[in-house]
Amino acid sequence: MTLDQLKIGVTARITAVGGCGALRRRLLDMGLTPNTKVMIRKMAPLGDPIELYLRGYELTIRKLDAKNIQVELLSEGGKAK
Amino acid sequence: MMFALVGNQNCGKTTLFNQLTGSNQHVGNFPGVTVERKDGLIRGSKNITVVDLPGIYSLAPYTNEEIVTRDFLLNERPDVIINIVDATNIERNLYLSLQLVELNMPMVIALNMMDEVRANGNSIDIAKFQSEIGVPVIPISASKNEGVDELIQVAVATAEAKLRPKRQDFCSGAVHRAIHAVAHLVEDHADRIGVPSRFAATKLVEGDEPMLKLLQLSENEKNMIEHSVTEMETELGTDKEAALADMRYAFIDNLCSRTVIKTGESKAHLRSIKIDNILTNKYAALPIFLGIMLLIFWLTFGVIGTALSDLLSLAIDKLAFLVDHGLAVYGINPVIHSLVIDGVFVGVGSVLSFLPIIVVLFFFLSFLEDSGYMARVAFVMDKLLRKIGLSGRSFVPMLIGFGCSVPAIMATRTLASERDRKMTILLTPFMSCSAKLPIYALFTAAFFVEYQALVMISLYVLGMLIGVLSGLVMKKTLYHGNPVPFVMELPNYRLPSPKSVGLLLWDKARDFLVRAFTVIFIATLIIWFLQTFDTRINVVADSSQSMLAAVGKFIAPIFTPLGFGDWRAATAIITGLSAKEAVVSSLAVLTGTTITALPQALSSLFTPLAAVSFLVFTLLYTPCIAAIAVIRREMNSGFSALLLVFYQTAIAWITAFVVYRIALIFF
Repeated sequence: MTLDQLKIGVTARITAVGGCGALRRRLLDMGLTPNTKVMIRKMAPLGDPIELYLRGYELTIRKLDAKNIQVELLSEGGKAK
Repeated sequence: MMFALVGNQNCGKTTLFNQLTGSNQHVGNFPGVTVERKDGLIRGSKNITVVDLPGIYSLAPYTNEEIVTRDFLLNERPDVIINIVDATNIERNLYLSLQLVELNMPMVIALNMMDEVRANGNSIDIAKFQSEIGVPVIPISASKNEGVDELIQVAVATAEAKLRPKRQDFCSGAVHRAIHAVAHLVEDHADRIGVPSRFAATKLVEGDEPMLKLLQLSENEKNMIEHSVTEMETELGTDKEAALADMRYAFIDNLCSRTVIKTGESKAHLRSIKIDNILTNKYAALPIFLGIMLLIFWLTFGVIGTALSDLLSLAIDKLAFLVDHGLAVYGINPVIHSLVIDGVFVGVGSVLSFLPIIVVLFFFLSFLEDSGYMARVAFVMDKLLRKIGLSGRSFVPMLIGFGCSVPAIMATRTLASERDRKMTILLTPFMSCSAKLPIYALFTAAFFVEYQALVMISLYVLGMLIGVLSGLVMKKTLYHGNPVPFVMELPNYRLPSPKSVGLLLWDKARDFLVRAFTVIFIATLIIWFLQTFDTRINVVADSSQSMLAAVGKFIAPIFTPLGFGDWRAATAIITGLSAKEAVVSSLAVLTGTTITALPQALSSLFTPLAAVSFLVFTLLYTPCIAAIAVIRREMNSGFSALLLVFYQTAIAWITAFVVYRIALIFF
């Protein structure tokens, strides 16, 4: 399962970060590393990009880029901290 | 002594810089790029400068901002690095700190926003934290000016004692072994070129291309590094970049779990979530954004800006009148008289007329930026601009372009990536600025009374369309390199500090006056000169005899294929360079009528189709001198500004030609 497929409010754990080059490095630098817990906060009004909550802060990334991030589900629509 | 201020975006770096320096700042660019560099003297000192480096999240080799920071730290060797860390967002902020420590330079950590941490009922064990990370840690609150004096003292002491970080090793196991093996291998090379070997080793293990080039390793050494890295990757079952990012975050998680006591949720964070429930709401976000922008436009270009502009021009007129009168009484040479009144006063007036707009607009913009709303605009608008290779961040400068290109181009300074900044600067002039409105109004009143609104809207749309097409072309050619990834933090909303807003306004106003003044002033004088004299440097009685008219007559044939080969049209186009409104007044002067009678007079100059062609040309051709001056300043290149002038003029000619020729077929 990839990050862009998650529904709003769902929490997941990152299992792998794919992609390459500057984008992948930026994702890792911003804390999207394996085993990190991520919650999908919301979607932009035009449907893209998405807003994530991780490591105590909000991050926005595009859906296309979120496709590179493999996740496993932790909670179904539950409110994450 | 030199301090370097390094930290993430949105961590209060600018606020701290302002607290450290007061208003004693110098803004410039790093050589060869348009990445901003701010220098200042520490207040109360004569010999300590502090350099504000761009806000970055990592010392990766990808964005210009990261590269500039790396090169600056490695080559300029500041006496101490002040790493500012947002204590309310400590995990991600420390990620950069761990990389800075590897540079093995004297360094202190300024733990910012500690007042908020305390207010949330949380605490950080500073002593333990400091001993674990191995560099001095000073809790501060930049916005409240708490701990800043102590920070300066500790920074000076650390620099004087050349106190290097106590530890650089934050890893264990496979990563540790790989970095050590590589560090050992490249130590001599690194020493030779003055790069810290630990930093070099970590970067090499991460697969950092610029570092690999810098060290000039032999094939054998490269193979050995490759071997160490592969060994690490196999052992961990992951690749090198992920392994190192994971190593750093693992250390940070561990450190924070033992030193950061978190009992309450951050109030600023909870508040931000609530505010975002409205401001980035699925249905409300776009209307609210448009509402805010309309309000700002109305206040800037309608209420406050015009009031201040009127006040200013009233003062200038009064002064001009007095001087005019004085000179007349004194009986001075009429040419000098004209130079002072028509040259100097008009020149100064045209420069100053921008000032109220810039100040008022930047008041609102700095509020939007510092409060955190601009990041939300980028989030909301990103999808629209992505197709032309830009991100949502460019939306606001372009929108301001409809008011005036000058502040719009100045506003691109806040874009985080150099590529986006340059592209946005080049596209903004295609947004039809408000100074062109009088031209549209005149021509539509003269030729298209029934379709006035339609013609105007079509012009605006055409401008945007050409802008989008230019963007697509630039994306494929000039800036076809990888766009900077849109991975952006949405910071907590904060009330901007009056000091920061004030300093920014002062900075922008001064910047515009100092840098743009000379260019605009000289240009106005040149136009005055061309208008006043004929080719034999005699003062002309009739404007049709002036040098400007001669130039107009000379270039008029260029416009014959566009349907308006009359020299008066060509001359008006030239005067539009000083300010677009001047096109209208020039046409009135040259046709020998008043502004009110101008619509009738125009019908002898233009056919309706030629009028359309003229409108299209004025919509798209080169921006005014003030805008060119600002483009040159922000692009850090006179050549780029000149290129843009020619590019836009060429585009304008081609588009007007196509429109005119197609129209001829149908009408």
